[in-house]
Amino acid sequence: MTTVVTCLLGVLAGSVTSANAASTLETVKEKGFVTCGVNTGLPGFSSPDEKGHWTGMDVDVCRAVAAAALGDAKKVKFIPLTAKERFTALQSGEIDLLSRNTTWTLTRDATLGLNFAGVAYYDGQGFMVKKSLDVRSATELSGAAVCIQSGTTTELNLADYFRLNGMKYDPVVFDTSDGVAKGFDAGRCDVMTSDQSQLYALRLRLRLSKPSEAIVLPEIISKEPLGPLVRQGDDQWFNIVKWSLSAMINAEELGLARANIDNNKMSKDPAIQRFLGLDGPKGKGMELSDDWAWQIVKQVGNYGEVFDRNVGMGSPLKIERGINNLWNKGGIMYAPPFR
Amino acid sequence: MLKVSFKTLLAKCWRDPVWRGVLFQNGLILVIVLIGYQIIQNTLHNLETRGISTGFDFLSQSAGFGIIQTLIEYDESFSFGRTFVVGFLNTLLVSSFGVVLATFLGFLVGIASLSSNWLLARLAGAYVECFRNIPLLLQIFFWYFAVLGVLPSPRESLVWGDSLFLNVRGIYLPKPELSGDTSIFFGAFVFVLLVLVALIWVGRRYKRQSGRTLPAMKTLSVVSLITIPLIAGWLSGVQLNWDLPVQGRFNLSGGLTLIPELVALLLALSIYTAAFIAEVVRAGIQSVSSGQREAAAALGLRQGRILKLVVIPQAMRVIIPPMTNQYLNLIKNSSLATAIGYPDLVNVFAGTTLNQTGQAVEVIAMTMAVYLLISLTVSLFMNLYNRYTAMVER
Repeated sequence: MTTVVTCLLGVLAGSVTSANAASTLETVKEKGFVTCGVNTGLPGFSSPDEKGHWTGMDVDVCRAVAAAALGDAKKVKFIPLTAKERFTALQSGEIDLLSRNTTWTLTRDATLGLNFAGVAYYDGQGFMVKKSLDVRSATELSGAAVCIQSGTTTELNLADYFRLNGMKYDPVVFDTSDGVAKGFDAGRCDVMTSDQSQLYALRLRLRLSKPSEAIVLPEIISKEPLGPLVRQGDDQWFNIVKWSLSAMINAEELGLARANIDNNKMSKDPAIQRFLGLDGPKGKGMELSDDWAWQIVKQVGNYGEVFDRNVGMGSPLKIERGINNLWNKGGIMYAPPFR
Repeated sequence: MLKVSFKTLLAKCWRDPVWRGVLFQNGLILVIVLIGYQIIQNTLHNLETRGISTGFDFLSQSAGFGIIQTLIEYDESFSFGRTFVVGFLNTLLVSSFGVVLATFLGFLVGIASLSSNWLLARLAGAYVECFRNIPLLLQIFFWYFAVLGVLPSPRESLVWGDSLFLNVRGIYLPKPELSGDTSIFFGAFVFVLLVLVALIWVGRRYKRQSGRTLPAMKTLSVVSLITIPLIAGWLSGVQLNWDLPVQGRFNLSGGLTLIPELVALLLALSIYTAAFIAEVVRAGIQSVSSGQREAAAALGLRQGRILKLVVIPQAMRVIIPPMTNQYLNLIKNSSLATAIGYPDLVNVFAGTTLNQTGQAVEVIAMTMAVYLLISLTVSLFMNLYNRYTAMVER
């Protein structure tokens, strides 16, 4: 009997100490791929094509991290998550990083045990209505039924906006952005509200004869800085994700793209030398190979390329760069330098 | 000397089966408690090391999100604790209506499946086989998307008599509103109700003692329950107004709205569970020996009265225990509400609230506790009822 008790206690004690597991980079290297939480299906950000190949901006951030950590952008396992599932999946260690159009807020940063690794897309919440309703402004929406995705900042901003303007609404809440589009399509609600980028993406999903039958209202009612997240307590991994994103933005600023990065190896520009890992801090502090940033640009591309092919003019969404342009081109995209 | 006697005492106890039993059982309890303690400590430790805040402080924070159907007063400024209550009441609403509807429908189908009418019996059988064998989630989707989703838009609502509207946003009914001093009206209602309960009790005793029923009890009670409060209300100047739904710019406003999420969930839950209840009822009725039926027929009772007075009361003893399971299933299945966005406890509290606060452990624990509480309460009442209907053996 006593031996049984000792054994049990031993096992339990062991389980407590083993809670301090190996670092995320070590586990990623050991299993050979990065587990990345993404949206269940949002064109332009993360959606699987007919062959099951994931595309989108958020997906490319995952690929960039894999390129930096493992030297191969293909070594990513995508886990589709709804807004409600995403944080628990990251907290519990089911995924190594969450790259899923998630708004950076105080609560999420401070109480969920998570860290935002930067902003991959500056967004704002907007409204979409069918043209036939003849609504020109969000201020005319009192009494409308509004389709929203549950567990999002969108849900909270909407409530604030309507309360502030003394308007009433019926919240019709769906689990996925696809559900929101379906509800709007079926006429369950008059208005669909979400981050503007999502509205453009979802408009492609609607069964309207012309996409222009649904219009986006001019009001933008919130700031939605979207970016990737990691768990707190692993600064090395946090740095890797943070700098993978910075590398994409810096690459655009330095004029490095997929096509020309190899030609730039001979460049005399010290900033490019440092970026390519030929000089300067290299990958040492993050325990990455020296060419980690080169791998990102070579395999995934710079921020501008990623933006353009997924949501910009090279994609069906045709979203303007706007504030997502580089800081020196009229936008607010700004990454810390490689020094 | 003392040492030896202590040892022999220990050995004596060890050989005694009672003492040994006590030792092992207490040992087992101790181990379980230790494991439980360790799990809780481990969880708290892990939450702390990962920087996740714990505790129930979030319940008093303001929620900041809207809910489409609330039985109590609620808006975005209320707390997360309030969303818990709102979700809980919505779960209770759909569960209790579901239980009533499923029981009613289940009894009808169960009895019909034993009917001597070939067509009726086969239809009942087909009903059971159909609805019992299709997953509930699909049935919910069917009612929500295929049946209610194709209704016309709010601007082209189906209208009956200017006051009842049906469209894709739900069913809109006139809402009765009482104005004036309603306390006398409700007081009279409660008073009549109490008198009637007392009368029923007296009637039962009278019947047990004399074998005769009090005359015209049913008609009397129904008539008095309606007329007396009405007269009282009329005398005290209570007025009944109907709040009619009015077409607004987007939706109908005013009146009473049954949202399609509620209707779809209620339909799916009760139709699905009714199929199981029908089988329970059929089995219960078949368990009553046919001699009982024949004896009752020999006394000259008609079919309906045989069923009501002889068969069903005996069948109830067999029906109630499995019926309890079906009720519990229905209540737990109501959590599938999440699939179509009906704001039940799981959707509002274990869904949105959890996500907005990130307090997964606390929220899930509270939600589980609520379902446990509801289920235990239902079992308790069903067991009490079971004891009440069980055969009294001497």
